[in-house]
Amino acid sequence: MEVGQLQRSFVEYMASLFREGFLDAQFSQLQQLQDDSNPDFVVEVVSLFFEDSERLLNDLTMALDQPNVDFKQVDAHVHQLKGSSSSVGAQRVKNCCVPFRNCCEEQNIETCLRCLQQIKQEYLLVKNKLQTLFELEQQIVAAGGAIPMVQ
Amino acid sequence: MGMSEFHVLAVDDSLIDRKLIERLFKISSCQVTSVDSGSKALEFLGLQEHNQNPNPPCVSPNAKQNLQQVEVNLIITDYCMPGMTGYDLLKKIKESPSLKNIPVVIMSSVNVPSRISRCLEEGAEDFILKPVRLADVNKLKPHMMKTKCKSFHKPQKIVTKENQESQEIEPKTEQILQQSQGNNNNNNYKRKSMDQQGLSPERTRPRYNYNMIL
Repeated sequence: MEVGQLQRSFVEYMASLFREGFLDAQFSQLQQLQDDSNPDFVVEVVSLFFEDSERLLNDLTMALDQPNVDFKQVDAHVHQLKGSSSSVGAQRVKNCCVPFRNCCEEQNIETCLRCLQQIKQEYLLVKNKLQTLFELEQQIVAAGGAIPMVQ
Repeated sequence: MGMSEFHVLAVDDSLIDRKLIERLFKISSCQVTSVDSGSKALEFLGLQEHNQNPNPPCVSPNAKQNLQQVEVNLIITDYCMPGMTGYDLLKKIKESPSLKNIPVVIMSSVNVPSRISRCLEEGAEDFILKPVRLADVNKLKPHMMKTKCKSFHKPQKIVTKENQESQEIEPKTEQILQQSQGNNNNNNYKRKSMDQQGLSPERTRPRYNYNMIL
């Protein structure tokens, strides 16, 4: 594919991620913090988010699997996940966290498990989307083009 | 213009947020040191939790005092942290004769009015709702400016538009011996006079970030 086509795909894809609520304004903020002196900033932050989230989702799975569930601990994990998803602009993941925290407060295992399921799905979706986005970026750069700025 | 860079101490237990804050301040031409806990922050500032050094740094030959020579123009800390919260850290800083003049800003992911007013009353300069943005950081520059020693030898009776009442100036000799933050003795007076009078009109106006009003 030629550079122009790749760039157009990139712009369209990015726009769809915002439109469908996968990403919010905070992601744009991250992009604005990237420049020639820090060309990999977004990828670095998002990679940290992937690591962090996977660890937290594992911890959540284990915590909810205990005979005596420590809901305070579960809530603490969700709070962390809410924080990190909010910081990178992963809007749908962040939005899953609020009902999850309510379920923790109610100490309801079933609803907590359902929340966990939902958040895992949203996480995998946004991870997939972001990886696709980064791949598109790499293709553009490999083809000698510049990555378009999407506002 | 002959002014050295501002140095910010960022405190947050989240790695992602530390990375974000670092970038935000670096892009604003500030030096940043980031730590992941309140106790590490106090260590960096030269103040051990259980060992508040009673001697001003230039008098004591203690090697640890060298840490206090590092000038910090702003401390920005998360509120919710395991162990020492941002509020606890704020209190410890404001209780310390050598550190209380450093402006402290609190960040939080949750908008809790009682939390905000508690922090402001304890002496926080500002309260920022996460995620922190570049616009938020730009608003902090004036706070950092206060700690830059413009004229170390100026008489201490500095009257700003916020502090019109000419309060009796307490002897601040020990503060003169501290790291060069002579100019913000004024902050201290402002805070003291407010404590004595209760909440001034200045204080009751919410000073938190515009983010929260949205």
